[in-house]
Amino acid sequence: MNVQAWTFVLVGLSFALYIGVAIWARARSTGEFYVASAQVPGVLNGMATGADWMSAASFVSMAGLIAFMGRDGSVYLLGWTGGYVLLALLLAPYLRKFGKFTVPDFVGDRYASQVARMVAVLCAIFVSFTYVVGQMRGVAIVFSRFLEVDIEYGILIGMGIVFFYAVLGGMKGITYTQVAQYCVLIFAYLVPAIFISLQLTGTIVPQIGMGGRIDGGTGPYLLETLDTVCQDLGFEAYTERGLGMLDMCAITLALMVGTAGLPHVIVRFYTVKRVAAARSSAGWALFFIAILYTTAPAVAVFARTNLIASVSERPRADVPDWFNRWEETGLITFQDKNGDGRIQYVKDEARNELTIDRDIMVLANPEIAKLPNWVIGLVAAGGLAAALSTAAGLLLVISTSIAHDLFKRGLRPNISEHGELITARIAAGAAIVVAGYFGLHPPGFVAEVVAFAFGLAAASFFPAILLGIFSKRTNKYGAVTGMIVGILFTAAYIVYFRFIAPESNTKEHWLFGISPQGIGSVGMVINFVIAVTISKLTPPPPDDVQRMVEDIRVPRGAGEAHDIGA
Amino acid sequence: MSTGPANRPPSTRRRLYWRRNLQILGVLLSIWALVSFGCGIVFSEQLDSIRLGGFGLGFWFAQQGAIYVFVLLIVVYVILMNALDRACEVDEKETR
Repeated sequence: MNVQAWTFVLVGLSFALYIGVAIWARARSTGEFYVASAQVPGVLNGMATGADWMSAASFVSMAGLIAFMGRDGSVYLLGWTGGYVLLALLLAPYLRKFGKFTVPDFVGDRYASQVARMVAVLCAIFVSFTYVVGQMRGVAIVFSRFLEVDIEYGILIGMGIVFFYAVLGGMKGITYTQVAQYCVLIFAYLVPAIFISLQLTGTIVPQIGMGGRIDGGTGPYLLETLDTVCQDLGFEAYTERGLGMLDMCAITLALMVGTAGLPHVIVRFYTVKRVAAARSSAGWALFFIAILYTTAPAVAVFARTNLIASVSERPRADVPDWFNRWEETGLITFQDKNGDGRIQYVKDEARNELTIDRDIMVLANPEIAKLPNWVIGLVAAGGLAAALSTAAGLLLVISTSIAHDLFKRGLRPNISEHGELITARIAAGAAIVVAGYFGLHPPGFVAEVVAFAFGLAAASFFPAILLGIFSKRTNKYGAVTGMIVGILFTAAYIVYFRFIAPESNTKEHWLFGISPQGIGSVGMVINFVIAVTISKLTPPPPDDVQRMVEDIRVPRGAGEAHDIGA
Repeated sequence: MSTGPANRPPSTRRRLYWRRNLQILGVLLSIWALVSFGCGIVFSEQLDSIRLGGFGLGFWFAQQGAIYVFVLLIVVYVILMNALDRACEVDEKETR
């Protein structure tokens, strides 16, 4: 069977699985819709959180980014995993004990303020939307390349599937579907990595193969070889640092804190039975994520090595078929500048003849390594699982924010449970249509906006939630001002350097040499300082709020995540 | 917890519980910062002089090692906190 046939079969089977699971686990109440009635076991919740978290960016783009960034790529590996430590130790158990549905619920109740709730709702919707648009785009790329359908149809199919199980199933359906999606995506990620590790280094474990020797374990070390090859072509050595030290720390911190502050990740810890399960569930989530995240740097090294070996200085006519097919999508371009018919791939812009979109490395990797066709189809199914699971989780946050935080707790407090459930489903449906529209007509900066969503989450939510738990003295004046100033500062810095004055977006102009990607760390510090200072200057929170804080600090007495007034 | 917090009145137990909790957080988060920002970024290149097969140690920490430590940190946290919950009698009942 050819690649396309295998892709149809494997993608079709995986979709049938998701739909089956969604029907089996559909939601019947708002409790089930928002937090799966807080009945999901810790291990499964960890797996679902892993799938929810690992998006098209993790599955499709990350290893490719690292392949071209080398040591600098560590910011993604450290940033997107280290955040779970903060989440497990500082947020998850307390938010579970608090026991309401959403992040705005916590912010609104803890600071006893409608304004704080509304600021949090707007932040949550904004962060989630920027994210979901990127997922739809990821779905579209996989469909158009592997199924050779038009990108428009690709997005429509993706929208239909997500609509079906997010709208019917709510959090319960999504959680169990995500467990299935995790299994598909991790299998699809590991199989090619193991194959290529065996081919290159003779080691079955990619994490070890990355530090192994080439020629099946008898030659020189893989990493040293890659360093030399890169330097010979004029690139930096693979293991050399290019970013400024402070910038690297700032980006890593922003990604870590942003991870801990993302609403669709936090809400996961409301879905488990007990506080103890919320702690262990964060541990399971990181365990399942770590399997992919420790494989990714190995995939990056293998991909860069194989890419250079298979194209550099080769006659164009001799390069295998995968090159032609990616060239058709426009994601690889070759321009024979010196007219010798060979591919020169070097750092020097004037002589370089090859440009490669970094996003295609993971998808192209199995083809470059000449793996069997079914492996290539499997990778397509895995990429779709990653994109769809994240999109579904995000859509749920958006619909919850609108139905629960905006309507039930804001505009129409008297809405019935039935009405709220219908509103949530309509909101999810509308959100899918809007996301699909942006997937079809992406603003040029989708990928960047997704990365910036972390900075914005870091500068807004994280300090408000952390202080809400660990400082009884922090009041609504401090928290609200902190959130607003933090998010405005971060957004203004990003907008200035990316859109208003992109020509000055260089190290010399940056504040302390920190790039727009890392500025969320500074925004977070500003938020903390303002929140603490203003709280000191204004009256302490009322007694019932202080008692609530005392109460969420101990696990005893945690019930199900409950509806308001129950 | 050798003094036996279970014999103290509930309000003292809760204070003790919170203080111990903050100590555990302090230690674990220091290790978290040390492996990620310390070994993975700031001292990463110096650590590279120590070799681990084909890896420099600093490069290994930045791309794999820190992640393993993160998982371990959460495991240790879960074990310590579950024990502390029981010792201070603030754990959840088996049945709701």
